[in-house]
Amino acid sequence: MAEGLMIGLVVFTLATFIGFEVINKIPPTLHTPLMSGSNAISGIAIVGAILVAGDRNLQLTTILGLIGVVLATINVVGGFWVTDRMLQMFKKKEA
Amino acid sequence: MQEFIPSVIELSYLVAAVLFIVGLKKLGSPATARNGNRIAAVGMLIAIVATLLHQNVLNYEMILVAIAIGSAIGALMANRVEMTAMPQMVGLLNGFGGAASALVAVGEFWRYITATPEVPLSETVTIVLSVLIGGVTFTGSLLAFVKLEGWISGSPITFPLQQPFNLTLLGAFLVTSGWLIVEPHQPFVFLGLIGISLLLGILFVLPIGGADTPVVISLLNSFSGLAASAAGFVLMNNMLIIAGALVGASGIILTEIMCKAMNRSLANVLFSAFGSAQTTTGGGGSSSITGDRALRQIDTEEGAMMLGYAKSVVIVPGYGMAVAQAQHAVRELADQLERLGVEVRYAIHPVAGRMPGHMNVLLAEANVPYPKLYDMDDINPEFDRTDVALVIGANDVVNPAARHDKNSPIYGMPILEVDRAHHTIVIKRGMNAGFSGVENELFFKDKTMMLFGSAKPVIEQLVSAVKEF
Repeated sequence: MAEGLMIGLVVFTLATFIGFEVINKIPPTLHTPLMSGSNAISGIAIVGAILVAGDRNLQLTTILGLIGVVLATINVVGGFWVTDRMLQMFKKKEA
Repeated sequence: MQEFIPSVIELSYLVAAVLFIVGLKKLGSPATARNGNRIAAVGMLIAIVATLLHQNVLNYEMILVAIAIGSAIGALMANRVEMTAMPQMVGLLNGFGGAASALVAVGEFWRYITATPEVPLSETVTIVLSVLIGGVTFTGSLLAFVKLEGWISGSPITFPLQQPFNLTLLGAFLVTSGWLIVEPHQPFVFLGLIGISLLLGILFVLPIGGADTPVVISLLNSFSGLAASAAGFVLMNNMLIIAGALVGASGIILTEIMCKAMNRSLANVLFSAFGSAQTTTGGGGSSSITGDRALRQIDTEEGAMMLGYAKSVVIVPGYGMAVAQAQHAVRELADQLERLGVEVRYAIHPVAGRMPGHMNVLLAEANVPYPKLYDMDDINPEFDRTDVALVIGANDVVNPAARHDKNSPIYGMPILEVDRAHHTIVIKRGMNAGFSGVENELFFKDKTMMLFGSAKPVIEQLVSAVKEF
């Protein structure tokens, strides 16, 4: 278990650095779409919620997982959708 | 076949992680951003489908129903929301993400204590951490949402001994965590931890004022990512850890940018409501303006004259413009001026609006092409060559006192240097001080003309006056 934890920490640290590198270059114009888009990515909790909700026997764990799936899906769908809505308005020339 | 599935799932997660990174990278330029967002969405779809293949996932019907319900609500929200309400939307979504992560941890904990006599120490620690971050993100975001919607006052809410109380609560959380490690089978200890986490989220956002919401929203965005990462540690799932870390990093960067733009430290934003008597929330009535200095007031006819005969105009929109829903009128004014051969550009301060980049979205909605929007560092050297700077509903971000008056609370804050333009026109409802409660010396400069009135009708009058040129 402790070994898994170490691997997790390595993955987390490296991913954080990639995040810093990638996002540092994003211009202020796009900060709001960036935020709603990355917000949708944090809806990745849906993967965890599905795993927790996976058991066929309905019990407290499953119910909590299912509520988690609903909330995370709202986050994912709402986040990506609203970002797309914003980005389609960014135009180079006047329409 | 069966033995390949775990590898297929892991490889799909890897593909999804790569798509998230590529998507975020493409979000870095307006031309590729829309594709970037779609690429990230495809990554999410792959991750979800792969997870459904997992051998422990059997409860398909209910999971699919849950996904359908969530999708319907999410799509409805995303379709209905006004662009001015984007901070609330993002705040609410942050909260849902945080809650989902916390629920994963709570569900896992319940599974452990019903199935096994012992909960491993590393598991308890990650679960506790996940509940804390997820819980704080959830209630903190909900409170930020309620404040932004105006259901409760946006001004900082404080009570005596707030800071010691919060520290005590945090201490109580640590003690209770220790208790849980010793006696994991006491449900009320775990419930206590959940309760404290939720309370901490509320107490964390309560003392933060409305003008600081860009910082809070960015920070909560980061938290929602960290919450997903923490849930990933609970499940030992790299997909959650990676995606959460990416979002955590992005939120931290935006938080830092916002703090820098207000020349304040993060600690100052989070805790300054204590003790220091700062904010006079821009209430009604003209505040203490020293009467002996003269304001130069003009009407819309004169304003239109100045704008129409200028060679170059820089428009400085503030949140006041968005509140007045004047962005479409502003765009029309710019169109009319361009028809006369005037060069029109927009200067965007990093904290204009209620969240990072908010003003850019509002102007994009009004069909302003994005190449005309200039960031602070790019437009400031241009003001020397600008005939008229038109300030609409902005105040502190154009106050020259930030440059030289060491006694001013906003000293050191980077500003848009509109006072360097040949002339400045300020459209303003009245003589209220800005968020910081500071009088703006820009208004009393010789080159500054005041145009009093509500932004939308004033600009519409300017449009019709310019049309007659």
